[in-house]
Amino acid sequence: MGLQKIVIIDYGAGNIQSIKFALERLGYNGILSSNAEEIRMADRVIFPGVGEASSAMKKLKSTGLDKMIPQLKQPVLGICLGMQLMCNYSEEGNTESLGIFDVDVVHFEKGLKVPHIGWNRITDLKTSLFKDVQEREFMYLVHSFYAPVCEETIAKCDYGVEYSSALKKDNFYGVQFHPEKSSAAGEKILENFLSINS
Amino acid sequence: MLTKRIIPCLDIKNGRTVKGVNFVDLRDAGDPVELAEIYSRTGADELVFLDISATEEKRKTLAELVRKVAAKVNIPFTVGGGISSVEDVDILLQNGADKVAINSSAVKNPHLINDLSAKFGKQCIVVAIDARKVNNEWKVHLVGGKVPTEINLFKWAKEVEARGAGEILFTSMDHDGTKAGFANEALAQLSHELTIPVIASGGAGNIEHFCEAFSKGKADAALAASVFHFKEIEIKDLKEEMKIKGIEVRL
Repeated sequence: MGLQKIVIIDYGAGNIQSIKFALERLGYNGILSSNAEEIRMADRVIFPGVGEASSAMKKLKSTGLDKMIPQLKQPVLGICLGMQLMCNYSEEGNTESLGIFDVDVVHFEKGLKVPHIGWNRITDLKTSLFKDVQEREFMYLVHSFYAPVCEETIAKCDYGVEYSSALKKDNFYGVQFHPEKSSAAGEKILENFLSINS
Repeated sequence: MLTKRIIPCLDIKNGRTVKGVNFVDLRDAGDPVELAEIYSRTGADELVFLDISATEEKRKTLAELVRKVAAKVNIPFTVGGGISSVEDVDILLQNGADKVAINSSAVKNPHLINDLSAKFGKQCIVVAIDARKVNNEWKVHLVGGKVPTEINLFKWAKEVEARGAGEILFTSMDHDGTKAGFANEALAQLSHELTIPVIASGGAGNIEHFCEAFSKGKADAALAASVFHFKEIEIKDLKEEMKIKGIEVRL
């Protein structure tokens, strides 16, 4: 088992069990926690989330996690809705979010099947989060809203429109895809996150 | 672009796979976890587990199975079969299922779709619809296709979408088990009328059938059981053929 302390933020949103299992497959033990002190003391923080943005933000606000998460200093990885909540704002439920990434989350255009469900390619990969991951690798995605391409984009995906499939600012990383469900390549990205020094 | 998905379906009874599988590299042909791992390694895009047991311990056995699968398998999986309440879904998702499929219970209580979608998000709610043509009209059937209703397939599919389903799994009872191809006309109409993804089921016999479900049937994903379990079709061969035919696929 890896020695670093990895905390998965537990705020009642989504399937966090599968992230814990993915970490176990990599030889790490992830701790589920909603305790601010425990999250602050962790070596790595994973911020998961599936479901609806405004109700997820309500849960974060009710526990004060909305103030605490943007102040974290260790590497933080937001996954799916977790990543979207790290942006400024989401059209989903007209939601003011954490404001870590300077971009607004919007709905896919009409005429596309939504949710965007399935395997799609990630491109223009930047930073060590994607070390040894091939350009145009497939990742599994399930979402109806997206973050447009911006200065903080470190990976793109194309579904009718080219959008951010990953974002980075300082110690904060966000991925729209589910690395824990994206086969061996997804596990590689999780492993990379666990060895980032920033 | 988004790729078309290939989904093997495993029938589960009392925590074991049934209907038989024919994998030489399996130590135990009844172990769903072992089979799921093989499929995830050999190119399946997702898996569906359909629980057909009718025992009182069903709920507990299924939750245990879901937990074991989630621990081992690194691709998404859906669980269905006899799910009829928010509590049922909560248990399965908490144990690591990515999505659940509901069928008869949604017809009996359509509001269940709204409740599940509001609580868990539409992305994890698959509504399965079994239908067959009766007097030239597609009618929804219940209890694994045994019990006919007067409900029109397309009307029901639209309602299901409006109530918050994230995907539709459409099985044609007229095609299921025939190995003569999917119900491409009905699939194309569903795909045209809906804005959520449609999974085709029933009728897979050869590689060409899958290609047609995507090209003619406009399906977003295709599901099959025996052709994969008995190795009549290798997923890798299927996907290579799809690629040659210009269908977007994860290889």
